[in-house]
Formats: sequence, structure tokens, C-alpha cells
Amino acid sequence: MIGAALGALLSHWTRRPFQLLTLVIGLATATALWSGVQAINAQARQSYADAANRLGEADLPVIEARGGGDLAQARFIALRRAGWQVAPIIEGQLASGDTAILLIGIDPLSMPPGRLPGGAGFGAEPGAGLDADFLAPPGVLLTGPETASQLEGALPVPVRAAEGMAEGRAYADIGIAQRLLNRPGRIDRMLVTGPGSLGAPSLERIAPDLAQRRPSGEDDALGRLTDSFHLNLTAFGLLAFAVGLFIVRGAIGLAFEQRRPVFRTLRALGVSRNALLGLLAAELAALALVSGAAGMGLGYLLAGLLLPDVAATLRGLYGAQVEGALSIRPAWWLAGLAIALAGTALAAAGSFWQVARLPLLAPAQPRAWALASRKLLRGQQLAALALAAAAIALALWGSGLIAGFALLGAALLAAALLLPSILQGALALGARTARGVVQDWFWADTRQQVPGLSLALMALLLALSANIGVGTMVSSFRLTFTGWLDQRLAAELYVTAPDAETAARMREYLAPRTGAILPIVQAEARIDGQPGAIYGVADHATYRRNWPLLGSVPGVWDRIAAGGSVLINEQLSRRAGLVPGDKIDLPGGRFNIAGIYSDYGNPAPQVMMGLTRFESEFPEVPQLRFALRVPPEAAADLARALRAQFGLGDDAVVDQAAVKALSLAIFERTFTVTAALNVLTLSVAGLAILTSLLTLGTMRLPQLAPVWSLGLTRARLARLELTRAILLAAITFLAAVPTGLLLAWVLLSIINVEAFGWRLPMHVFPGDWLRLGVLSLLAAALASLWPSIRIARTPPSDLLKVFANER
Amino acid sequence: MNADLAPPSASRRLCALCAVSLLLAAGPAGAQGFAGLGQAAEGFEPVRPGPFAFPRDHGAHPGFRIEWWYVTANLKDAEGTDYGIQWTLFRSALSPGGTHPDGGWATPQAYLGHAALTTREAHYTAERLARGGIGQAGVTAMPFEAHIDDWRLAGPSLRDVTLTARGERFGYELEMTAGGPFVAQGDEGYSVKAADGMASRYYSQPFYEVHGTLMLPAGTQTRGNGNGNAPPAAIREVAVTGQAWLDREWSSQPLSPGQSGWDWFSLHFDDGTRLMTFRLRDETQDDFASATWIAADGTPTPYRGDAISLTPLAASTVAGREVPTQWRLTLPERGVDIEVAALNPQSWMDLGFSYWEGPVTATGSHAGMGYLEMTGYE
Repeated sequence: MIGAALGALLSHWTRRPFQLLTLVIGLATATALWSGVQAINAQARQSYADAANRLGEADLPVIEARGGGDLAQARFIALRRAGWQVAPIIEGQLASGDTAILLIGIDPLSMPPGRLPGGAGFGAEPGAGLDADFLAPPGVLLTGPETASQLEGALPVPVRAAEGMAEGRAYADIGIAQRLLNRPGRIDRMLVTGPGSLGAPSLERIAPDLAQRRPSGEDDALGRLTDSFHLNLTAFGLLAFAVGLFIVRGAIGLAFEQRRPVFRTLRALGVSRNALLGLLAAELAALALVSGAAGMGLGYLLAGLLLPDVAATLRGLYGAQVEGALSIRPAWWLAGLAIALAGTALAAAGSFWQVARLPLLAPAQPRAWALASRKLLRGQQLAALALAAAAIALALWGSGLIAGFALLGAALLAAALLLPSILQGALALGARTARGVVQDWFWADTRQQVPGLSLALMALLLALSANIGVGTMVSSFRLTFTGWLDQRLAAELYVTAPDAETAARMREYLAPRTGAILPIVQAEARIDGQPGAIYGVADHATYRRNWPLLGSVPGVWDRIAAGGSVLINEQLSRRAGLVPGDKIDLPGGRFNIAGIYSDYGNPAPQVMMGLTRFESEFPEVPQLRFALRVPPEAAADLARALRAQFGLGDDAVVDQAAVKALSLAIFERTFTVTAALNVLTLSVAGLAILTSLLTLGTMRLPQLAPVWSLGLTRARLARLELTRAILLAAITFLAAVPTGLLLAWVLLSIINVEAFGWRLPMHVFPGDWLRLGVLSLLAAALASLWPSIRIARTPPSDLLKVFANER
Repeated sequence: MNADLAPPSASRRLCALCAVSLLLAAGPAGAQGFAGLGQAAEGFEPVRPGPFAFPRDHGAHPGFRIEWWYVTANLKDAEGTDYGIQWTLFRSALSPGGTHPDGGWATPQAYLGHAALTTREAHYTAERLARGGIGQAGVTAMPFEAHIDDWRLAGPSLRDVTLTARGERFGYELEMTAGGPFVAQGDEGYSVKAADGMASRYYSQPFYEVHGTLMLPAGTQTRGNGNGNAPPAAIREVAVTGQAWLDREWSSQPLSPGQSGWDWFSLHFDDGTRLMTFRLRDETQDDFASATWIAADGTPTPYRGDAISLTPLAASTVAGREVPTQWRLTLPERGVDIEVAALNPQSWMDLGFSYWEGPVTATGSHAGMGYLEMTGYE
């Protein structure tokens, strides 16, 4: 009996393979977007964790070259001899045959024993496997057992496997590693392994070109920033998943609706309600697992495609290292399949409820969806109102990033739920303009279609709103950012001297050749309990005219020059709730806040004080970097002359255009992933429309046949069908514009402030909307093209059959 | 045992190897004597008798397995408060030959520095490890400089040196001028140290006059070993004067396998004479004791084990173990019958490998100050 029942249920799919395809595609795409984003996030987190395990760098500060690049080994010796407790590290890819491993060279003597490979975090005894052979040429490569067997005999260095050590990377003594990497006398960075000797000079004094990075694990700002980035991605993944679920919901609803007679017959034949529900659940679970698995494959591909950009963004924006290669963990597969199952369950819940309450003797024909739609519409309106109220409450009283995203979700969902009502209203208005019988029929039939298409249109609304919202946010940010760069990078050239003596000679050389030499000096300091930086700023028109101030007291630059007042960046202002006129405690005393400046792309608090005051507070900070004012046309020549005269590298003399280009490149890369997800979401929405129209197409024959029989040609019907899809898409798009702007406002004024500490002015770009509008109409037209053509090609006999089957 | 050559101390503080063994093998005190010092010495340069060649011998002898420059000083400030400092640089050859044609990191030399500053209430310690061959640590004879990181023992010559070391919470900078000759230990510096013929090259400079500055946390009353987390809020500088003792020793296998630890004394008496004495505790045979009496003009007189007695009088609980911090020493031939007590019984060197070392006061037939080192109290 059960077997026969199952056969009866499944026969539906063989009769309607396209519906099955819709369901599978919807679920697979939803799972793909979701799991792709999750894979990226997991990879990034894994990279952070790996970095943390790597020699304990997560909880030890690291010293590296300020401008990037490697260091002479002598710098390590110099710091040690100045009393700093540092340990050198060299790192590089070591290729052997077709495998490449990450080779990490360490000095076991300056590294604390607990940090040695095999120590804490390496899963084995500290220093296990390290002995005199490790230090003395030819040395030893320590690595995981798998990597060890891969490398066996392929290198001029004996390889030793250590249980519990990471695969794909090997440790060697730094001298051995330098030779293997062909970089004698070079190191990449130093770990600060402990407090230095009493009275050891500051890093600024002995090595101004080196910077100490706070341990990544302790760095709240980095953690917070990368967290917000990942939350952003997750929100996008969730949005895409939701859009996909609309498709699934549509397909399942339809399949259940169409199988009502089968359900009734099966029940009448003695299949219990529970058995029927169980069979349906098993059927859906199987479908969900298959589609979910397909979606996971797609998600993996997607993640692989997007990961390099994500890695570049995280590195460029936050300095966080993420490996570019994707590695997949079992947990990811399980989570992906679970979300596919959960999504299917969510999408099918309503239908199940209906089947469970199916009266045994109810008419077995499919109900017109419209019959139930009035009640449904009321329910949707109520839910939308509740969600809108929740969104308003969150906007008023919520705080934190999660609340921001919850607000976003509630507002979007409210808009989506309201869409059918808006469509009905708009169509009712449109019906008033109708002239003639055909137009009347067109409007009425369109209204009749809304319930069936509403899920797909909701998906379109979500996708369009996200597109408008994120697009507005990115464009606003870009506009603000480029304007800000122009202000902030007012000087034509930026030079860095290798040492104080060169800097002095350089100033002499430059004095007759430039309009102004403005020192850029900086001291690291804890500001408002967070690691930040204090800059010294010269009293010069360059700043007075250009510096991007968000708010200030009168005579701000005179006050700064006088020394008792400072400027603070927007992040600090928002975090600490400081406004111009307040006071702030800094190393060196209490200062008045004379102004607030915007400081995009920097997560840390920052303060600017007058150069004279800075010099007296931080006398040990050498003046090595300068901004130069020269006529723009003379900049290139001067840069060349400076390089030649003082033997400076390319990095030491940078012109304004290069800095701007670099900053903008980082900016653009940051939003590559966002743009990609945007396009994907929109495509999914287009797919939703296509599948809805296609599945509805067959159901619409009874409605089309009478019109055809009254004299409308099939071609005319098809054109009307196309027009209808475009009209519905147009109304949806119009509804999406305010929704998208609301989304943009939330992103700019709430999410950005929470995540980065800056609020951006919102600019609207109607041109972009126009393009998107045309695009969405095109998508709708494209999606309805095939269904329309199908109508145009419906054999008249099929249309006639409608009357033959009239019940 | 060893009746004719009365080996002075020799096997004192051969810690370089234990640091390296701690680092490179597992566990400090293996089956081969304290810190693996009883291991075989194949391939390393053997110790041979003969006169020293100064100043060359003040420098490093990389062909030998181990070597050290070891300074202890008893100091007083203007109020008469007692302080002690220790400064040690150990060298350990990681493989025979002592050098490598590639130089740099390939140089098979490891250096270990230990520094301590002891007051009645506190004991601060610090440790530094470094590779030879890259400039981070090393010793040159002319002009004399021994250094590891920012710690230095350097002068124009070893008779006239500046000594500096700084830990996280303490530091010192001392000028040391030798007021007497270098004292060759054993047979012109050939120091046999066990019945089966183990030996080292060994000389001392016990006549340094010292003045300089100590840096220690201001207002501290707490006991500490300098390894606390927070750097001190304020530092107080103390001008001091006093006497220091330098030991120089190198060897390739200084300990007998059964020797598990030692108690070692160096004492400056108020009448200008010095006494160095020790006992080596042995798990497999009788303990081995020895002494050297150094006249005010630097003339050494070695004494065999049965001429001296070292008797623990009282022990203190230090770092969870019992360590004798009060002793009775007698050397009847010199009329010595003294009681030696630790200035600070908690002078525990809680470093990569741990031992007890700190300043002591002597009372009785001869009054004075000195240093005591005790190892192997596990």
C-alpha cells in the first residue's frame, strides 16, 4: 500500500518534469549561494586560526617593515642588541616536484620554548623533534607525516615527520630556510617574544621604518572589522538563500496544490494521514538532499571563484591574511545539507499544514489560488505591519551590528510581504484606465495572476532592493571617498627618508625646490583605551584649505597650531561620543577637541596635534616622512631627482596620483564580492519569475481558452502575456526603489557606523536605477518570452480540450 | 682521590649544555649527570695542560664543547645595604669543530646568558639565548668584549671592564678593575675534576674592585624573580661599590656520569684572602670536595677533599624544595671555621633550567662576603 501510494505521489513529477527541475534548481541555487558564502567565511576564519597557531602569532606582537617587504637580518641583531626580545622569522613557498609547501624558518634559540613547532598549538611536546641536527647544516625540515612522505628525497634537506604538525607547511632552522628559499641574510618579520630589557629604546627611535603590529588575536579592531565583513557576507548569503526559497516555496506549493486529488484519493483508499505526510516528507527530504548536494557543488565553485577577491579585500582593508585556496571541511557539507533540508521544510510548512487539514470529502479539484488569496493578502499585510513595526523599533532603540542587520531583514521582508497588496492596488488603479473589453480582461486577468506570481515577484523585489540599496551605498561611498582622497592627499609628493641624517640633508636639498615641506610624524598611543595613533600636523595652508573636517570650533587651525587643541577622527568621535569643544586625555595631558575629520579606511582611533606640540611631547620620534608641495607639473622631475640624489627606492618617493590609484584600487576590490553576489541574486530572481510563469502557463489554459474562443489570436494572447510580465516587473521595480533607498540608508547610517565607525552621506543615482529598471524589465521579458511563445504555439486542439474537460 | 692536583670546582655551573639540552632534547637533567654534562665528548678538542696565553685565552675556544665567563659581585650602597649580582655567559659548541665554512647561522655555537640581582628581600633574574656567528652573541679577546644581546662584559682589557645586564625589571652597570693577578686553578690552569681523569682549563680573577649603578623597581618589598608580567612603574637607581669574582673555564667533558649536582662557594674575606671550595655530590660513589686558598697577593694553595668539610646547618623551602641555605665550612690548615648564610634564602634562579645562586655572608674565624651556588636540588 505504501509502495503504491509512493508511486502515485511520485508519478506527479514524471508528468511534470519541469516542475521538478524548478524545485531542484531553486533549492540548489539557494543552497549554492548560502554555502558558497559560508565556505568563504569558514576559509577566512580557518586562516585566522592557522595564523594564530603559527608560532603563536595571534597573541604575540609582530614587528615588520612599515611599507611591507622583507628585512635584513642585521635589523634583528640590532633590535636584540638594543634590548628587544624578538625572534626572527622567514617564510616562503618551497616548491618540490609538483607540491609546494610553506617553509617557515625559525631561530629556536630566540623563540620561547613554548612557541616552538611541536609546542602549544602544535599538538605535541614543545620542541619535540628539535635537536642539534635541526640547527646544523644540512638541517632538518619538520612537517606533518603526509607532507613528509610527499617531500621524501625531493629536497637537499632531510625531512622529519612530527605527529600532529600541520600538513603543507614545514619548519626549518632560519639559516637552513634562508638557503632553501635563496634569501641569505633576509628575514620577513620578528615576533616580540617578551618584554624587553629595562629602559630599552622605543622602536620609533631605533627603527622608525619598522612597525609593531598588535597580536592579531588581541586586536579588537581587526576582529570587529573582519567580523563585520563576514557578517556582511553572511547577510548577503542569507538574502540569496531567501530569494531561492521563494522559488522553492512556489514549486512546492504548486506541486501540493496540483496533487490534491491524489491526496484525497489516497486518503479515501485508506492511507492514514500520518503515512501520507510521512511519504510526502520523505519525498521532499530526498529532493532536498539531492538538490542540496548539487547546490553544495555549485557553492564550492562559487566560493572558489570569489575567494581570491575576498582574500585580497581582507588583506587590503584589514591586513588580515587569508589563504587563497579553498579547503573544504566535513562540517561545511553537513551544514549545507542541513540548511537545504531546513529551507525545504520552511518552504513546505504551509503546504503540509494544508494537507494535514485536508477534509476527506472536499472537492478534489485544484482550487483557484485566487480564492484563498484575499485571506492570504490580509495575513500578509498584518505580517508586513508587524515587521515594519519591529524595524522601526530596531531603528529607534536597537544598537550593534546584529540589530542593524535584523532591522535590514525586517524592513526587506515587510516590503516583500506588502508587495502583493501594492500590486493589487496598482492594478486596480490601472484597471480604471481600461478602454474596451480586451483591456478590461487584461487588467482583471493580471490581477488574477498576482497570487500565483507573487512569490516570484517578491523574490524580484528583494533582489532589486538589494541591488539599489547596495549600489547606492557603494556609489555614495565611492563619491565620498574620492572627494575625501582629493582633500586628504593635497600634497603632490610623499617622501620617506631611511634615517634622520638623510632626512636632514633631504630637507636642505628640498628647501629651495619646493613650496612647502610638511613633516608627517606619528606616534603610537592608546587613545580612549584602544591602540591608535597621534599625528603631528604642520601649520600650513595645505591643511587649512583641504583637510576634510566634519565639524569644528571657530579658528580651529589656529587652535591646533597653538598646541592646546587637537583634531580627532570620526571613528574616535563616534566611539567615545566626543564632539568639538569636549576634552580628551592623551599622553602629554588633556587637550581640547577643536574638530573632527573623516578618516575612511582606518579602523583605529586617531588624533592630530600641532607639530610644535607633538615635537615637545614625542621628542624621540624622528621626522622621516614628508609631504611636499610643488607645482604638479614639476612633481615627476623632482621625484626622479630625489631618488637619484639620495638613492631612494621607488617606495620612498610616491606621487599623489599613485597613492590615490592604490587607495581606489583597494576600495574597488572591497566591493567586488558585493557586486558579484548582487548580480547572482538578481539572476536567481529572474529564474524565479521564469519558473513561476512556466508552471503557471499550463494552469492558465482554462483562462485563456475562452478568450481565444472569443476571437483573440494566440499571437495577441502571447503579446499580452509578455506585456503582463513586463508590467508586473515594472510595478515591482517601482516598489523596489524606495525599499532599496531605505536599505541604503540603513547600510550607510547604521551598519557602516556600527561596523567601521563612520557615517557616509547618502547620494542618489537615478541613472543607476534607470539602468537597473531597464535591466529588470528585460529580465522579466526574457523570463516570460518562452512561456509566451508556448502560448503562441499552443495547438488549438489543446485550447479546445479545455471545453471538452469542462467540469 | 685526585690527591695531588686538588681540582678546584671545575665542574661548576656547566649550564650551557643544559640550556641547549633543554631546548634541543627533552628535559634538563638526564641520566648523564646534571644537564647532560657527563656525556661523551667525541670529536671535541681535548683538554691539555700548559700555560695560559693571555689575552688570547680570555676569548672563546670554539673547539671545546663548553666554556663560560662567570661574574659574581658583592656590593653595598652608601647606607651599607647589601646587594649581589650575577652575570654569566655560557658558550656551548653544538658539534665538534666549533666552526662551519658557511659561517652565519651555520656556526655551531650557542650562547646562554644568566643575570641576577639579589637584595635581602628580592631576587631578580633574566635569561638570554643566542646563536653564535650572526653577531647576536660572542666573545673577542682583544679588545675584550663578551656579549649576548644588550648584555656586555667589555673593556679595553679583561682587567678593566664594564659589566652591564638588564632584565625586564632590573639592571646594572658596573665598572670593574682588577686589583690583583689572574689566578690559575689546578696545575697552571689544568684542572682535573674526577677520579677518572675528567679535566678543564680554569682560571679566576677574584680581585675586582667594583663601583657602579644598580637599577631596581622603586619601593618594592615583594619577593620576585624579575619574571613578572608588568614592567615596574618606577625605577630606582642605587650607587654601589664592592668586590667581584670572575671565573673562566672551558672543557669538553667536565663531569663524571654519576655526579648529580654541586655546592660551590667563593668567599672574599675582610683580610684580603679568598677561599673557593665546593663539593660534587655523586650518586655512585663518595662526594668529591675540594678547595683553593688564595692569598691576598693572588698565590693559590689547593686543598684536597679531606682537608675541608662542608656541612649543611639549615635548609629553606625554596620553590617547593628543601635547599641548604646555611652552612658550616672548616679548613683547619688555615684556621678557617666559619658559618655561611644566604643573604636571601630565596635566591632561586627559576630560568630555563633552575638552580640556587646568591650572595652569602661569612661569620666566625673569618668574616666576609661571597657567593654560593647549588645545583641538582630537584
